[in-house]
Amino acid sequence: MSRNIIQRKVRFVCVAAFVLLWGSSAIVYGAVLPEDRADVMYHSYDGGGVTIDGPSILVRKSFLDKFSVSTNYYVDNISGASIDVELLASEYKEERTEYSLGMEYLNNKTLMGFGYTNSTENDYVANTFYGSISQDFFGDLSNVSISYAYGSDEISKTDDDTFGTEEATHLKYIISLTQILSKSWLMNITLQTDVDEGFLNNPYRQYSFNAGTDALGIIRDFSPEIYPETRTSDAAAIRFKHFLPYRAALGFEYRKFSDSWGIDAWNFDINYTHPWGEHLVFDIHYRWYSQSKADFYSDLFASEGAQNFMARDKELSTYKDTTIGVGVTFEYEPQSWGFVEKVSLSLLYDRISFEYDDHLDARENVIAKTAGGGEESKYSIDADVIRFFFSMWY
Amino acid sequence: MKRLCSGLLINLFILSLLTTSGCSLKPWVKPYERTNLADPIMRFGRDPVAETYMHHVYQAREGAKGAEGGAGGGCGCN
Repeated sequence: MSRNIIQRKVRFVCVAAFVLLWGSSAIVYGAVLPEDRADVMYHSYDGGGVTIDGPSILVRKSFLDKFSVSTNYYVDNISGASIDVELLASEYKEERTEYSLGMEYLNNKTLMGFGYTNSTENDYVANTFYGSISQDFFGDLSNVSISYAYGSDEISKTDDDTFGTEEATHLKYIISLTQILSKSWLMNITLQTDVDEGFLNNPYRQYSFNAGTDALGIIRDFSPEIYPETRTSDAAAIRFKHFLPYRAALGFEYRKFSDSWGIDAWNFDINYTHPWGEHLVFDIHYRWYSQSKADFYSDLFASEGAQNFMARDKELSTYKDTTIGVGVTFEYEPQSWGFVEKVSLSLLYDRISFEYDDHLDARENVIAKTAGGGEESKYSIDADVIRFFFSMWY
Repeated sequence: MKRLCSGLLINLFILSLLTTSGCSLKPWVKPYERTNLADPIMRFGRDPVAETYMHHVYQAREGAKGAEGGAGGGCGCN
């Protein structure tokens, strides 16, 4: 019997950012609707024994000069065996499908939006609704956006009828300011508070505990994780974009995060965009991320039921990751393609390296039998991320 | 709940500051001086479909979430 263990830490869709951060470009032109555009993308994530790929299609069209509608179709085809699966289950294949529908309404300098997203897979259904309003101020030098989103999830467990159905709800409050600082500097500040309640852990994942010793050392055993049923978190980010004199853009981002589970995290990103001639645009960026562990995380607990809440999700451990990304875009503006104003083809590649400080490679104890529990080597992952997409403006 | 209230209060404070002080400020960058800022390379999240996907990649593999920025467009959270 196979069991799926998937990384489902975050199901709550981030559609609220959809309208919210349109302000970053709207501010330059004054309040305007998002541009009419269609994108067809192939995406792929390959790392840690898991491959996730699929299409994403995003189409947006405005009408009556006041409304803009958008729809997104997105698929994750998941296959392989992560370290969790290798330890406790068998290789699997799974598909997640997501549909989104959104609409914006422009009235003078105010842009209002709302939308809905549905995400479905065989053991998880998530529905999210969002609303957003943004307004220009100070002669259109400033744009302020406020967003709210509500998500409701239904969680079940494959091949386990006794599990029944669990529920989780998610609330998001976001405020964002985009500011023109000078003729060549833009700034964005975003604050977000999340409240998650209900069944927040993965029903398949298990924590590890000391089950005695043998000649190798500590023997690991496993039991289902137990999470708190509430999580509140705050995130704040500041971003800058600077236009360089020879037509290129330099960007910076710093974000800080903390939550009621004891996780403190930050990340910094520096990015550079360089157009080359009439048709090519090159991108490069580097990103650092670091976090501390959740209060109830341990790679190896002293005993079964050692405390009220217990987790061994590596995303709740102490670790760092770095990303280096490069990309190239070919743009073309046809003169006689009817309603088509511009097309582009982009290939973006990112390499993400995760290095976990207190998440050990338990396969050395459980499968290979080469190390005692707690004495295994630190776990790490290198992942390749590809985005290849065609875009059309009309 | 305490954290939520404090977060909201900060948000409301910033918003009220912006709205009430608007009358005394004059734009220091005129609309005709925004040519460089209007260049597509200056956008936070130039390609929504690609930007949103990376948010999804990080959200599924990092403990932190929120305030991602970019242009959004459906998360596809795994």
